[in-house]
Amino acid sequence: MSNEYDVIVIGGGPAGYPAAIRAAQNKLKVACIDEWKNKDGTAVFGGTCTNAGCIPSKALLESSELYHKTKDELGAHGINVSGVTFDVAQMQKRKTGIVKASTTGIAMLLKSAGVTPLQGHGKLLANRKVEFTAHDGKKQELSARHIVLASGSIPTELKSMPFDGKNIVDSWGALDFESVPKKLVVVGAGVIGLELGSVWRRLGAEVVVLEALDTFLPIADQGLAKEAARHFKKQGLDIKLGAKVSGAKSSGNAVDVSYTDATGNQTVTVDKVIVAIGRRPFTQNLLGDGAGVQVDERGFIKVDDHCKTGVENVWAVGDCVRGPMLAHKGKDEGVMVGDMIAGRYGHMNYNTIPSVIYTHPEIAWVGLTEEQVKASGRAYKIGQFPFAASGRARAMEATAGFVKLIAAQDDDEILGVHIIGPMAGELIAEAVLAMEYSASSEDLQRTIHAHPTLSEALHEAALAADKRAIDNVNR
Amino acid sequence: MSIEIKVPQLPESVADATLVTWHKQAGQTVTRDENLADLETDKVVLEVPAPVNGVLKELRIVAGTSVTSGQVLAVLEEGGAATAAPAKVAATPAAAPAAKAAPVATPPAANDNGKLAPSVRRMVEEKQLDPSKIPATGRDGRITKGDVVEYLDKPAAAAPVASKAAAPAPAVTGAAGRNDQRVPMTRLRQRVAQRLVEAQSTQALLTTFNEVDLKAVMDVRAKYKETFEKKHGVKLGFMSFFVKAAIEALKRFPVLNASVEGTDIVYHEYYDIGVAVSTDRGLMVPVLRDADLQSYADIEKNIGGYAAKARDGKITIEELTGGTFSITNGGTFGSLLSTPIVNMPQSAILGMHKTMERPVVVGGEIVVRPMMYVALSYDHRIIDGREAVQFLVTIKDCLEDPARLLLSV
Repeated sequence: MSNEYDVIVIGGGPAGYPAAIRAAQNKLKVACIDEWKNKDGTAVFGGTCTNAGCIPSKALLESSELYHKTKDELGAHGINVSGVTFDVAQMQKRKTGIVKASTTGIAMLLKSAGVTPLQGHGKLLANRKVEFTAHDGKKQELSARHIVLASGSIPTELKSMPFDGKNIVDSWGALDFESVPKKLVVVGAGVIGLELGSVWRRLGAEVVVLEALDTFLPIADQGLAKEAARHFKKQGLDIKLGAKVSGAKSSGNAVDVSYTDATGNQTVTVDKVIVAIGRRPFTQNLLGDGAGVQVDERGFIKVDDHCKTGVENVWAVGDCVRGPMLAHKGKDEGVMVGDMIAGRYGHMNYNTIPSVIYTHPEIAWVGLTEEQVKASGRAYKIGQFPFAASGRARAMEATAGFVKLIAAQDDDEILGVHIIGPMAGELIAEAVLAMEYSASSEDLQRTIHAHPTLSEALHEAALAADKRAIDNVNR
Repeated sequence: MSIEIKVPQLPESVADATLVTWHKQAGQTVTRDENLADLETDKVVLEVPAPVNGVLKELRIVAGTSVTSGQVLAVLEEGGAATAAPAKVAATPAAAPAAKAAPVATPPAANDNGKLAPSVRRMVEEKQLDPSKIPATGRDGRITKGDVVEYLDKPAAAAPVASKAAAPAPAVTGAAGRNDQRVPMTRLRQRVAQRLVEAQSTQALLTTFNEVDLKAVMDVRAKYKETFEKKHGVKLGFMSFFVKAAIEALKRFPVLNASVEGTDIVYHEYYDIGVAVSTDRGLMVPVLRDADLQSYADIEKNIGGYAAKARDGKITIEELTGGTFSITNGGTFGSLLSTPIVNMPQSAILGMHKTMERPVVVGGEIVVRPMMYVALSYDHRIIDGREAVQFLVTIKDCLEDPARLLLSV
């Protein structure tokens, strides 16, 4: 095996492996170094997303939602169900199978593309040399014309309650519970906390979510957040805002969590604590002396709009650099870099990155929130359409939520689309495409949407912005 | 055959250009020499003509982007009419399911470019607009609804759009009436601003004034206006007189036709006179080369030609460069008196102003004469007051008694 490459990508997660594949598609000689090891010791590609994040959580969310639906929601259809049980071990087995299929798939894609997979640790040295340490300890010095850093992120730990791997866990640990906790605390009412809380709540756990901020989902449009909060409350997620955790005491199989809220000091005793307060960039042992790459005060690798670090031909993408920590953001950055290295056009539009929360109802948005538009001073109009008025949603017994579209008053440009309801994560794609083309609400109004579908809700919301909705009363 | 349309070789002094407007969209047929886009540099707007007939396949650069010499702007497919772009509006009847005759979308209007957004199609039809005239800021040169809205707000000037950040746009509607509107300077304006400040801080600028009784010139014009126009095919204006008078004065005071280079004074032994033309993109000063060798008719023709070219944005950089002395006329806007800034690296500039009938004293009597104040701004580093004043007096004398121009006295 030669030690010289055109490109070495350090990190084989959702930002790294696409970078490697795209570079290889551009006829470059590429190596992708990845050090992920699963809890059973197997070394696999795919990073956090495939192994400890996106994929396993979606598998459990699907299973738990199906259980909940089967148990409680089929009656309306005239389907009588009784004695529904579930088996956590089987759910976990299915999840593991899906994860394995994904990681195997990625390994196959890398091989197909001609990328050299190197499982082990990569450390960037000066002059684009990389010290590669295989899992068996053998060291090698590699060199490349270009380096792409894609080392990702790790869950942020709370100093007041460090992970103990048993009862105080991070998101990865929360995905691996072997049984349903009777009661659990989720610290942090963000995307990950809400999703994980939902899974175990549906399977019967009593869930308390402690959120330090006073606002719920501040990153989302508040109209959307309010609607979401309503539904989560109905589902039994006890979300406490303004609750700052101060510590946790483990004793045997229980954890006493102390926190302070508006009324004073509180404690709650639970079986498990899931800490989901956020993630931080992971660059441990990545940058050797002389690598020259700079890191900012929050630990992110400093890059420009095209993911170039300050060092010539050294790039960085994904969770280890600024921007939303989303797999698709990392992926498109990786692909952009894979193209730019080959001298081709590469571009990231950070204004049209969609966000999705895979709770039920599902939540998705792209563009500016109403609060952001208001703060900008640009006059705007809103069109909203409730799924309750959608024939398809009614047929699906999925009438919760709405589509909210924000457009500018001056030239009708779509500024933001916010969806809570069935298939929100899929429906948002149309809005993203529209915004990529700087479409106006009129453009959406004049585009035919199949009937009866959920996608019509976006059509009607666009019409509603001009008070010309057909299938809803215009107010 | 696919042809790459590239940025033309930019003149030496120009580092890069901004692609201001696409005049054609991807999918449209173009004919040879048809202008595809406008490129704005510091001095001038360049056109990008289509090299052959064909169909514009792909636009690679978004309007508002900076480009350099040789950069690929678009791809042109040679020959043939535009194939119906799959995105075209009319759903062909053949595709409709056999059953009932589903209402077929009426064939698109003659000038529907097929790649227009639905809202743009509507506006183009409602207001009978020509899409090729609308500056496009959307992806791949597409026209967005906002582009049409903006175009309708100010139809005359094709204001080059700077960034197309989807983030809250700076323009605010006058809902409250006290908002600030932030508009980025065009490249031309930026360059002009830079040069003006440069002139002021480098040269020791002073202005001296005088006044000219234009009765003699007007009498000549009145007498020969029609004959002149009939013989030469161009109107006899005032500019030719001023240019000739200026040249006569420059011959007598050569330092006003010179430039400062470092610590040298470079005397130019030719007379390239710049004549300022005002356009909605800004002030431009095209140059009359060897104006001393041009006849009055030549001068009038060339000035007229430049004015038209400037308005159409077709002046070339070569036409704007060089020049040893300039003349500017604030009188067209009503200015009575002003202090022009010298057009570096020149050393002097003559400012003409409004001709106004005023009472003056001639031979002890008060008479009404068409008077014009003239101003001469000059670089005092190399031109002394005496020369500047006498230069201006020479111009005045030549204009007040045109026979002097004939006899060089």
